[in-house]
Amino acid sequence: MTAKAVKVSVNRNKKIRQTKVDYFFDTLNVIIMVIIMFIILYPLYFTIIASFSDPYAVVNGQVYFWPINPTLEPYQNVLKESRIWIGYKNNLINVPLGTLWNLILTMPAAYVLSKKKLHGRALLATYFLIPMYFGGGLVPTYLQIKSMHLVNKSYTLIMLGGLSIYNMIVSRVFFQTSIPEDIYESATIDGATDFRQFFQIALPLAKPIIAVMALFYAVGRWNDYFTAMIYITDQNYQPLQIVLRGILLLNQTALSNLDTNNLGNDDIEYMLTLARQVYMAEGMKYSLIFISSAPLLIAYPFVQKYFVKGIMIGSLKG
Amino acid sequence: MNYTTVRIGKRSEHIKHTLRGVLSDWRLYILIAPAVVYIFLFNYMPMYGVQIAFKDFRPSKGIWGSAWVGFDYFQQFINNPLFGKLIWNTMRISLYSLATFPLPIVLALMINELDNQKFKKTVQMVTYAPHFLSTVVVCSMVTLFCSKENGLFNNLIEMVGGERVSILEKASLFTPVYVWSGVWQSIGWNSILYIAALSGVSPELVEAARIDGANRFQIITHVNIPSIMPTVVITLIMSCGSVLSVGFEKVYLLQNKLNMDASNVIATYVYELGLISAQYSASAAIGLFNTIVNITMLLIVNAIARRVSEISLF
Repeated sequence: MTAKAVKVSVNRNKKIRQTKVDYFFDTLNVIIMVIIMFIILYPLYFTIIASFSDPYAVVNGQVYFWPINPTLEPYQNVLKESRIWIGYKNNLINVPLGTLWNLILTMPAAYVLSKKKLHGRALLATYFLIPMYFGGGLVPTYLQIKSMHLVNKSYTLIMLGGLSIYNMIVSRVFFQTSIPEDIYESATIDGATDFRQFFQIALPLAKPIIAVMALFYAVGRWNDYFTAMIYITDQNYQPLQIVLRGILLLNQTALSNLDTNNLGNDDIEYMLTLARQVYMAEGMKYSLIFISSAPLLIAYPFVQKYFVKGIMIGSLKG
Repeated sequence: MNYTTVRIGKRSEHIKHTLRGVLSDWRLYILIAPAVVYIFLFNYMPMYGVQIAFKDFRPSKGIWGSAWVGFDYFQQFINNPLFGKLIWNTMRISLYSLATFPLPIVLALMINELDNQKFKKTVQMVTYAPHFLSTVVVCSMVTLFCSKENGLFNNLIEMVGGERVSILEKASLFTPVYVWSGVWQSIGWNSILYIAALSGVSPELVEAARIDGANRFQIITHVNIPSIMPTVVITLIMSCGSVLSVGFEKVYLLQNKLNMDASNVIATYVYELGLISAQYSASAAIGLFNTIVNITMLLIVNAIARRVSEISLF
């Protein structure tokens, strides 16, 4: 019997044995999955339709399943904010350069630790393992980074977060399991040094893991808020997440402060423009969320499988 | 030549051999040097700096020059009226999170049962997606949705006839909001590990169970779940090891004056004390206390797991 025939017969077997319990189980399973998908997607979908709707409709709770009075005004307002441009610009500089810096630190180290013949390998492995469980904590780390003059510099966000030990271990597992030892052995016999073996043999073969790591690091950097919050105060170096927080979370009170109860007739005109501004600010928040996450959401379907691959390699030997 | 000289000769031979080996690896050491230096500067130096927890640290005097005060700052923390509150708030959030630990496993088991490959891929794609949103974005969405005047949740509550509540300004609702938004964001992502483990379950075992008359439920409970147990235990140990470390970013971003009663956790307190009030030593002491509790928990749970299931981290 060919492989295909085996498969067919297995499938037929399955069908024959499909009991009532199994049928009930499958249906229930699919229904629950659809509900879960709805719960996960709806907040994202709502954010997107709210960002294209008339802010009045959003604030008054009329938006549920499709945009009401579609408008691009919130987006135009977002683009007028210079802070957002600064944040975006900083991210576009810091994320690629920072990711490059991550790879420069991670890949050679992972390669070297994958070498069984390395003298002192166990010692080096322990050296990298300890910081995974024990650290100095916030203040000692802050003081150390301050003493290295890395606070509030244009390169702060590139230099910090340079090496994730977890990522390095995942890459090491890749080098160990995916590149056969024989290749290095024959290269050694042909007189290739460790440098040449790394740059001309290991690196080209490690392209898949380099892609995975670059993605892990890049997403982490794009979304990072903590590092900038602690180490950046200069407006010009603020990354997108800090700007976002400033606009989205810090001025929530505008709308609730809007007191419309005791107005004189003269004030109404003024209040209306004020109200309009406040409503616009509300609408802007949804579009801002969308704009800041857009690069990731657009890239996500294409790169998702690489992320999953990274997790799988990591689970081989954690 | 007597016995001793032979031994000394052997030993020096051995040392020479090792030395030659180490020297022959010099190129590898150069390759790994940047990472070693980086970890030294950014991880080991702060560990050295942790001694300020036992000192009265003055920036002008430096770490070494400041006077020792022993366990004063630890005592201060334990006598602090906030002590119990901070610990309890931190514990409550992480225990509540720990209670949701089985959810990704259940999701993985269910995804594993889907026959239609296309539908399966779609479910995975959708459930993984929120993981890629930043904490700031997720917290902004939570804040917008929870708003009393015009939030989505309150609109829905009103639609089914309930009262509008300012969800984020109620201390009692802080932990559920924190944990369930976390479940929303990472249930899919956390299930990947288990889906990977489930793909390793041997089809022969499943087939054998079927022939013995097991239905789908029985296959899940008797074949699938035992097969992924090692992965489950390891992940459980890891999460127990961080029982006193609640993600700083998210708590901090959802925190406000009105929910402070539930949202004031160790991590945010360490930040306020250390970087806002510049009480370096006091803050470092609390941080160190936190780390030690975490490591102790990790070791205890690891030991228990090794006894009970013979699965452990180390």
